[in-house]
Amino acid sequence: MELLISIVKIVVVMGVMLGIVAYIVLLERRLSAAIQNRIGPNRVGWQGLLQPIADVIKLVFKEDIVPYKANRFIHDLAPIISLAVALTTFAVVPFGDKINLFGYDIKLQIADVNVGILYILALTSLGVYGLTLSGWSSNSKYALLGGVRSSAQMISYELSMGLAVLGVVMIAGSLKLDAIVEAQAGWKWNIFLQPIGFITFVTTAFAETNRLPFDLPEAEPELVAGYHTEYSGLKFGAYYLSEYANMFVSSAIITTLYLGGWQMPFVHSFGFSDFWISIIQVLGFLAKVIIIVSFFIIIRWTIPRFRYDQLMNLGWKFMLPISILNLLLTGAAVLWGIL
Amino acid sequence: MKQKPIVHRKDLHWWEQFYIPQIINGMRITLSQVFRPKFTRQYPEEKWNPPSSFRGRPVLVEQNGVERCVACGLCSRVCPALAIDVQASETELLKERYPVRFEINMLRCIFCGFCEEVCPEEAIVMSKEFELVFRHQEDAIFGKEKLLLPADKLKDRLEFLRKNR
Ligand code: SF4
Ligand code: SF4
Repeated sequence: MELLISIVKIVVVMGVMLGIVAYIVLLERRLSAAIQNRIGPNRVGWQGLLQPIADVIKLVFKEDIVPYKANRFIHDLAPIISLAVALTTFAVVPFGDKINLFGYDIKLQIADVNVGILYILALTSLGVYGLTLSGWSSNSKYALLGGVRSSAQMISYELSMGLAVLGVVMIAGSLKLDAIVEAQAGWKWNIFLQPIGFITFVTTAFAETNRLPFDLPEAEPELVAGYHTEYSGLKFGAYYLSEYANMFVSSAIITTLYLGGWQMPFVHSFGFSDFWISIIQVLGFLAKVIIIVSFFIIIRWTIPRFRYDQLMNLGWKFMLPISILNLLLTGAAVLWGIL
Repeated sequence: MKQKPIVHRKDLHWWEQFYIPQIINGMRITLSQVFRPKFTRQYPEEKWNPPSSFRGRPVLVEQNGVERCVACGLCSRVCPALAIDVQASETELLKERYPVRFEINMLRCIFCGFCEEVCPEEAIVMSKEFELVFRHQEDAIFGKEKLLLPADKLKDRLEFLRKNR
């Protein structure tokens, strides 16, 4: 029975997540358009609501071109790594409390790993392989430059990311994401307790997901399309999807670590039944995630792209000291019992 | 508009060097754009009416039921894209000559307007039509029946030409 519940959970979460990611693409396109005083895709379906489906159909029917002298096997493998990493990271993110369905208490989290945060950090580091290998196997200088940049960028920012997360871990006293969410009950959200950590984490999350202002691996003006220059058709689709899946997952992680996860203050004071409270919590979690995603999109049209040396300077000379400082401050606060 | 003074990095307050207030301010500006009116024209439903200076496809001016053209062949001669083909013949009318065949290959035309400029009779002018779609290459060769347009439909352009002569 446990196994069956797990499988059902995986299927449902995967389906819902892919749907949400597809619509994040639409959200990005419409919001970007609105920011640029355009309308955006609004032809397929009502207000363009079927646009993601049309996009997917288009990508499926496109020709798959592998460049001359490219390493065919790695060229095929790289997008799969990217997509797999982006989708599996969500497995440890709790998106709700327990829910009671048909007499079973179902935990709204696919895998309750007791080192959840380490799992996330490990998998996001694996994501580099997808980008670097794609650049390396494409036999194209632009792709190679993009891949090399992505590896350097991710390694530099992973460090500050880990240190920023440590502050949260210290407060919660556990690596379990569940426990971290539990610790933020009420208004004790980590964004208020850890403002510096929040800022560093969000910045590094931008760098990890290759979003502007840190999208150096695919900097269009210099590198055509960066690491996925030589990809077309379904494989390009996989990269496209994994980029947005990454964005969704990092928003989910930001929500979990800093915005109280599925915790909705005062939700118990309205007197709903337990079932509806669970539903509201899941929806609240999704709402927070969507807000962070919109934040990602707005930042994209606000801050111009960093130069490569600026990116490295920011990472090593600014983000790293600040996250260490944050760590020390949190340590002191925990030691003297302030937090 | 008065130019704002240039701010160097060393002039910034330490608080400004964090850039966070600036970023938030920038986001405010970005977000405020969302509520501004949109520039997009919903094209097939909302057609654009070009100004009279617009150079759409070249057409032959029709006056009193016949074309003004006297088949002098100047337009055909000046056309840089070699798009125009004129064949002259005689007529009983006052103008004595008329084109039996007048063809413009719309796949060759580059809408430069030279034909209009060179025509001594103001017989060929650029219209406002810009929607040119063909299913076959043969369809792109416009004969007289497609090129002739009554003069009162081209009033805008004719007036514009006279004003700018
Ligand atoms: S220049 Fe004018 S009159 Fe001469 S052939 Fe061309 S359209 Fe006719
Ligand atoms: S507009 Fe230019 S290219 Fe077109 S027919 Fe006239 S002279 Fe030729």
